[in-house]
Amino acid sequence: MKIKLSKKWLASPYVIWMIGFIILPLITIFIYGFTVSKTDSSFTLDNIINAAKDEVNLKAMGLSLLISLISTVICFLLAYPLAMCLNNLKMKRKTFVVFLFILPMWLNFTLQMTAINAILEQEGILNLILTKLGMDPLHIANTPYAIVIGMILDYFPFMLLPIYNVISRIDHRLIEASRDLGANNFKTFFKIIFPLSLPGVISGVTMVFVPAISDFAIAEILGGGRLLLVGNIIEQDFKLGKYNTGSGLALILMAFVLITMALTSGKSDKEGGSML
Amino acid sequence: MKRILKKIGSFIQKFYIVFLLILLYLPTAVLMMMSFNKNTESFEWTGFSIEKYKMLFENEDILEAVGVTIGIGLLSALISTVLGTLACIGIIAMGRKLQKLIKTATNIPMLNADIVTAIAFMLFFVRFFGGLGTHTVLIAHITLTLPYVILNVLPKITQFDYKIYEAALDLGATSFQAFRKVMLPDIMPGVITGFIFAATLSFNDFTLTYFTKPAGFETISTKIYSAVRTKGIRPEHYALASILFVVVLLILFAVNYKGNKNERKKA
Repeated sequence: MKIKLSKKWLASPYVIWMIGFIILPLITIFIYGFTVSKTDSSFTLDNIINAAKDEVNLKAMGLSLLISLISTVICFLLAYPLAMCLNNLKMKRKTFVVFLFILPMWLNFTLQMTAINAILEQEGILNLILTKLGMDPLHIANTPYAIVIGMILDYFPFMLLPIYNVISRIDHRLIEASRDLGANNFKTFFKIIFPLSLPGVISGVTMVFVPAISDFAIAEILGGGRLLLVGNIIEQDFKLGKYNTGSGLALILMAFVLITMALTSGKSDKEGGSML
Repeated sequence: MKRILKKIGSFIQKFYIVFLLILLYLPTAVLMMMSFNKNTESFEWTGFSIEKYKMLFENEDILEAVGVTIGIGLLSALISTVLGTLACIGIIAMGRKLQKLIKTATNIPMLNADIVTAIAFMLFFVRFFGGLGTHTVLIAHITLTLPYVILNVLPKITQFDYKIYEAALDLGATSFQAFRKVMLPDIMPGVITGFIFAATLSFNDFTLTYFTKPAGFETISTKIYSAVRTKGIRPEHYALASILFVVVLLILFAVNYKGNKNERKKA
């Protein structure tokens, strides 16, 4: 591409903005994470080591990891077949139905979580219906199950969209060729469709796993404040003014995210998130 | 036999689609139904009433939060659309390596965990900006939405034919005139989608606002969060959720309809 006019300088406000408000704040976390306190700015590894040794933190990390993995796996198991079903729909209907699945992405998530809580809580809608039917009420509210349900509902579109985008772009001739050469449906799926859809799957997994492992608001609303995820501990540290300890834990969380990224980078579908 | 199997398969697929749609919209359906329930104490249906909507419009705290949310959303979307569009024109003119570097940096706030971005802002503002205020929320929202503006505008600028722009210059237009009369109309669909994307993201943001807001400053999300945490769901919330759902539905319909129309024109 040859463009004669040099318009590079037009990007300079943006570049300055990014350095000022993306790079510098990240550096600030490192400063806090590796120093003793606001007044004593000597170097220390204690924030990180203590954060990784503390029993409450370890328990929270385990719970975060477990809940986010389960949510991601269930989202995937629900979304993948759905993406294939959507792809089989007739063209006219397809756009509208996909639109319906994406729309919840744009709804206010605190209100959504509140609604889920209204359904699940002890005297909520689900138990109201169950009692009317003469059944025993369920105790889902304030358990990890409630958090998992909330996460699945909130993050589902982020899993579906990239997988659907990739599957809908698969060249149909490849599938026909595979059948012509004698492969059955099962073999065609595992040898052709699934490998080709992998970039979308990886995108989807990252887009669900990263927000899930760093969540605190869903756990607070649906866990009733009794279940602590890593995000909740970071939030508490910051609300109590323990900036250095909180930064230490945040750096550990960032390491988790970076490892996830490193494992998936280059393989994920770059266009996945570009559809409204 | 084969045809029957195919029909059953197609039925199962449709059933699965409808089943997941119902699950996905269950929270919204519950909120909407309860917004018309006369009963404000429990979930038992005691009759139709618009009392909760009246309560919403009498609750000045929530109305103020709605105003703040819209104000921050529109202002941050406007600024990030201008900054982002200019940046896209600049990025296109750069060399490959520089382009890649900037694109990678642009992805950081999109990929990083929200809470890490949020506390990074909080620490940065508290330490170097002298505390939190409306401006810190605004800066955080602009930074959050910029990548999405670029994501929407960059493809349009890549498609733009610079020869037309040069022709305008040859015919005596200043570079600003050529930009406004030739380039801008062509990339406008991307700019508008970017703006709406940015505004919607800002309206719905919780984590960044929660950590960068000063005391007493509330958007819809933070207001509901603190209310629900202390007292559970309030009657007004049902009405608010229902109105917001309809608004989002209308906006997305408008965007998609416009997008389709433009594509049809091109075809």
